[in-house]
Parts: sequence; structure tokens; C-alpha cells
Amino acid sequence: MADVLMSEAQTTDEAHHSSTGLSNEKLAMWVFLGSECLLFGGLISTYMFNKDRIGPDDIGPSDVFDIPFTSVSSFVLLMSSLTMVFAVSAITRGDLRSNRIWLATTAALGAVFVAGQVYEFTAFYSEGLGFTTNLFGSAFYALTGFHGAHVTIGIIMLMSLYVMSLRGNLTSERAETVEIIGLYWHFVDVVWIVIFTIVYLFPQ
Amino acid sequence: MSTVNPPQTDTPNMSTPVQPAAEAATSATGVTEANGSHAHPTDWLYVKVAIALALLTAFEVFTYFESVHGWSDTALIVMLVAMMVLKFFLVVAFFMHLKFDAPIFWRLFVFGVVLAMVIYMLMLTAFRYW
Repeated sequence: MADVLMSEAQTTDEAHHSSTGLSNEKLAMWVFLGSECLLFGGLISTYMFNKDRIGPDDIGPSDVFDIPFTSVSSFVLLMSSLTMVFAVSAITRGDLRSNRIWLATTAALGAVFVAGQVYEFTAFYSEGLGFTTNLFGSAFYALTGFHGAHVTIGIIMLMSLYVMSLRGNLTSERAETVEIIGLYWHFVDVVWIVIFTIVYLFPQ
Repeated sequence: MSTVNPPQTDTPNMSTPVQPAAEAATSATGVTEANGSHAHPTDWLYVKVAIALALLTAFEVFTYFESVHGWSDTALIVMLVAMMVLKFFLVVAFFMHLKFDAPIFWRLFVFGVVLAMVIYMLMLTAFRYW
């Protein structure tokens, strides 16, 4: 296994000082993201299993979803992935000011998405869909709530990078730190691509 | 990740990465090759991927308006899954650099995705058919 890793490390951009020749931090992030697939896989399948298990008079997906609104917030999150790669690109070439601008833009777009989710939850609740109203409500809030929590954690990490950069602690030598946080951010985006399609767009 | 580390600057530059000609060359595919390093996409390639993602999302949203297109539910689900998989691949391959990074990262991530799909498909079919 170590031989395979070492040979694959030859294709990476630098020889890391680890037994595998790969960046341990990046490897750890990919292992973490692989495990996150299982978390969200469980939440998505639970939603798919429970979304139709409601009574005839119960409030269901077609009663509450506002697809145009969610489409806009999905687009905002999608574009935040673009600004995130710009942030990584900027710090890789040593352009620290651009890096800060793109980090702040990414965090702002993430905040817009979370604000949209809070608005959506509030609207659904006012229409009568609480966390314990029915199985659809429980599965929906659990899935989208976990995702929203991940986005919020991502925003905190982005703002931490921004503060580090302002204090001069984030230079191009630490570009990999930005790339690793970027991997987390893109993963959150990828999960939303799946949630948006399966939860919101699949015919009810 | 440090590929090429030109002198630190504090000036805004939001265009294509600027790298010394002796150290980097941009191919026609929008991928920057630097001496002694693996390929990195250019900002323009990222923009093209983002445009593709935006167009796919717009088409996904269009499928929601059944009164306009009148497609069957089965056709809609097939199209939506295809577009979802394509968007997933574009983000993972280009934005997350898996297309250009060490294959072990790709394998680790695909292992997690496939494991999750197999486990939960089995779980869902178990509730439905067993």
C-alpha cells in the first residue's frame, strides 16, 4: 500500500515529508469527506423513505416548497464554489489581497445561502410544518439542517482564514490550508447539488 | 500544495494566474503546467465550469415546470439524475482538483460515495421488498 501511495505521490506537485509522500492534512480531509458521504447518504435515504409517509391531510413537500426561491439560493451556493477556487488560485500565486477578497466573497455567499435557509424554515414553520409535525418534516429538517450546519462551519473556517490573512499568518507557503478548507466548502456544495435535485426537484 | 511561489504581492489580481513564463505555460485546455509540479486549472477554466454548472441548474429548474414541457415523471427523474451526476462530477473533478491530483484522493472519495450508495440503496430496497 505504501508503495502504491509513494508512486502516486510522484504525480503530485511536491514531495511531502510524510511516509506516503502525500500531504497528510489533505489525505485526512479526503478521508473525512469520504466518511461524510455516509452521513449525508443516511440522511438523504431517510428523507426518501419517509417523505411520502404522511396522512392524506398532512402537510407535505408540494404544500411548502418554493422552488424559485430555493433555486436562487442553490445558485448562490454554486457560485460560492467558483469564488472559493479563485481564493485558492490567488494564494497559490502569492496574491494575498485577492485571496482575502475571494475568501470574504465566498463567506458572504455562504451567509446568503444560510439566511435563505433560515427564511425557508421560518416560512415552513408558519405554514404548519414543524420538526415533529410528521415524518416528512422530521426528515426534511434533519437533512437540510445538518447541511446548513456544515455551511455555517464552513463560513466560520473561511472567516478564520480571512483573519489569519489580515494578521499576516496566511502566506502562499500555507496555500494548502486554503485548498483544504476549499475542499470542505466544495463538498458542502456537492451535497447540496444532490439535496436540491432529490428533495426539491424530483416529482412529488 | 505550493506549486509555484512567485514573490508575495498585495495587489488585486482576479484574472488568470500570472506565473513567470519560464516556470509556467498554459495549454489550450486551460491547464497551467509549472516546472516540477502537477497541472493546475486556470481561472478561465474555472469560469467555464461555473457557466456549465449554471446552465445545468437552469435546465434543472426548468424541468420543475411540468405544465410547460409536459414530460413524464420517469423521463424527468432520468434527466434530473443525469444532470445531478454531471454537476457532481464537474465540481469534484475541477473545483476540488481531483482530475489533477494524486489518484489516491479520487479513490478515497469514490469509495465513500459508492459505499454510501450501496449501503443505503440496500437499506431502501430492504424496506420496500423484503
